Amino acid sequence: MNKIIEYFERPNVGKAVRYLFYASLVLLLILEFLVEKHPYFPWAGFPAFNAVYGFLSCAIIIAVSKLLGKFWLQKGEDYYD
Amino acid sequence: MTSFLPPAFIFIAGAALIPFLRGRLKQVYMILLPALAFLNLLNMPEGSSWVLNLWDYQLIFARVDKLSMVFAYIFVIMAFAGAIYAAHEEDNLQLTAAFLYAGSSLGVVFAGDLLSLFIFWEIMALASTCLVFARRTQASIKAAFRYIMVHLFGGLMLMIGILMHVAETGSLEFNLIGLSGLASGFILLGFAVNAAIFPLSAWLPDAYPESTVVGTVFLSAFTTKTAVYTLARGFAGTEILMWLGITMIIYGIVFAILENDMRRVLSYSVINQVGFMVVGIGIGTELAINGAASHAFAHILYKALLMMSAGAVLYLTGRSKTSELGGLYKTMPWTLLFCLVGAASISGFPLTGGFTTKSMIASAAGYEHITIIWMLLTVASAGVFLHAGIKFPYFVFFAKDSGLRPNEKKLPRNMLVAMGFLAFMCILVGVYPQMLYRLLPYPVGYVPYTGDHVVGQLQLLMFSALAFFMLLKYLKRTETLTMDTDWIYRRGAHILVSFLSVPVAWTYNKLGYVLLEKIPNVAIWISKNPLGAMKIGASNVVVSMAGDKEAKKALQKAKAAYPGTLKEWSISTAVSIALVIFVVYMILFFS
Repeated sequence: MNKIIEYFERPNVGKAVRYLFYASLVLLLILEFLVEKHPYFPWAGFPAFNAVYGFLSCAIIIAVSKLLGKFWLQKGEDYYD
Repeated sequence: MTSFLPPAFIFIAGAALIPFLRGRLKQVYMILLPALAFLNLLNMPEGSSWVLNLWDYQLIFARVDKLSMVFAYIFVIMAFAGAIYAAHEEDNLQLTAAFLYAGSSLGVVFAGDLLSLFIFWEIMALASTCLVFARRTQASIKAAFRYIMVHLFGGLMLMIGILMHVAETGSLEFNLIGLSGLASGFILLGFAVNAAIFPLSAWLPDAYPESTVVGTVFLSAFTTKTAVYTLARGFAGTEILMWLGITMIIYGIVFAILENDMRRVLSYSVINQVGFMVVGIGIGTELAINGAASHAFAHILYKALLMMSAGAVLYLTGRSKTSELGGLYKTMPWTLLFCLVGAASISGFPLTGGFTTKSMIASAAGYEHITIIWMLLTVASAGVFLHAGIKFPYFVFFAKDSGLRPNEKKLPRNMLVAMGFLAFMCILVGVYPQMLYRLLPYPVGYVPYTGDHVVGQLQLLMFSALAFFMLLKYLKRTETLTMDTDWIYRRGAHILVSFLSVPVAWTYNKLGYVLLEKIPNVAIWISKNPLGAMKIGASNVVVSMAGDKEAKKALQKAKAAYPGTLKEWSISTAVSIALVIFVVYMILFFS
């Protein structure tokens, strides 16, 4: 187990992991054309629908949460004391 | 007599013995008890038994059908994993409460009538409060107090509902109730408190993270999932649940993103996950109910696993704020590994329990062509990955190095074994879902592993990860707490009280003055000379209507002279008058 951790701590490996991540994204976009699709709604069958939808919804969730937190919900840790 | 015991009895009677055992024997006993209950489950034929006749009503302690069995299986498996995780624990309060808690949850699941359901429901509230209390810090004692208040309120709503329901229908049986009329509304409200349906949800992230390392693991499994069971049994297909569930999902994600404490992040994630189940129950088709039940099954596995890994971190470092953690992967690799299995599961990666169960609910929405629900469920799947799948492991085990080097060898071995067991189960349900599908209430024709589904889900998740890392700087951890609906009773109540105190105190003072001083004084004054008092009263009226100066003066004189010298009666006169009155009374009485 320790050897695995040491291996991952090498700087080149970190970079490689990042490139692997990007490569997997591209691979997924390509794979989509190789599988037979049966979407529940016609518009859900567009190419890369899931990718775009996932990315955008996360971006919106983060933005909305942060704004809500900043202007309303987040208080100091001693708020209730 | 039947060939099995209701599982609740095994746990509740078993819990009573725990404080008397010591050392290795106690550990073995705690692990054997759920194992015994599991064997007992295999021996339970469908149908109702263990019936107690109470006047015109029947209490049914073992209503066995597929819906109750799937929940019973996962509860017993969870109790088994929890017992392993707790094996090193010596605090009898926690252990006894945990077994009592698991047992009463099983009691609810097998209750065929509303009265025994209610009794187990309340035992559950009591036992779970003890688990929060057991940490014995100031914060946990306060949180336990708030927790029991909320659950007593919920229990009260449930009791009112049950009483009205029995009065209306004349039957105690617990079957499909459906939302129609006031009685069912109260029952739904009682269930909703335990299911943490927004806005009755703040008790969960308030209390669970204040519990002990062991306590939180148990808490994350039982209360909300028994409520899911009762909703699935009593309110399947109630449309409003669909919308309430969606609200829970979104609310859970937003608050989990804002939260700093790792176990509080996971608590919000419980609400988010229960939201999926509540949506399934709201849709109410066979596929959706199957989805809700199977998701509850898988959810208990991976949420307990995540809570266990958070507990392990808390055990070794004594910290639970993500802003004080980070870089733990260096010295806690096994915990990290199990945590990642849990994180992948909750996010619904293929080959894990989340993928084979949660997607059933979205598919049910898809088949019914409920567009907006399907779209929001898909957003939510991405959002789950964001807060529970990446945020929790990333900020605890990676991110900025906190300099902490906890030694994983100091972690009790049994905690790692429990995590390993649950990680194995998560993957088992993911790789071989038919095992779980066979247990579900309705026959399953669902095929999770299609090329389309796998690629689509992976796209959704991996591009969510991309968004997470691109927006990482906005997700910086802040040392804040997040205002939730518990504001109403933690802050709002104070404000309300201070607002009310002035008018209430004023009314109280005035009432006291009038009732205890003014009225008695007037009575005393009149009784001094009733005839004179009447005269003064009469002339008061006359003078105020048409009186000149002299009449006023005369009245004032009379008032000053009051009560004046009273006519003295001789004893014989007084006795004669009394006699006359007595005789008149006797005549009236006997005539």
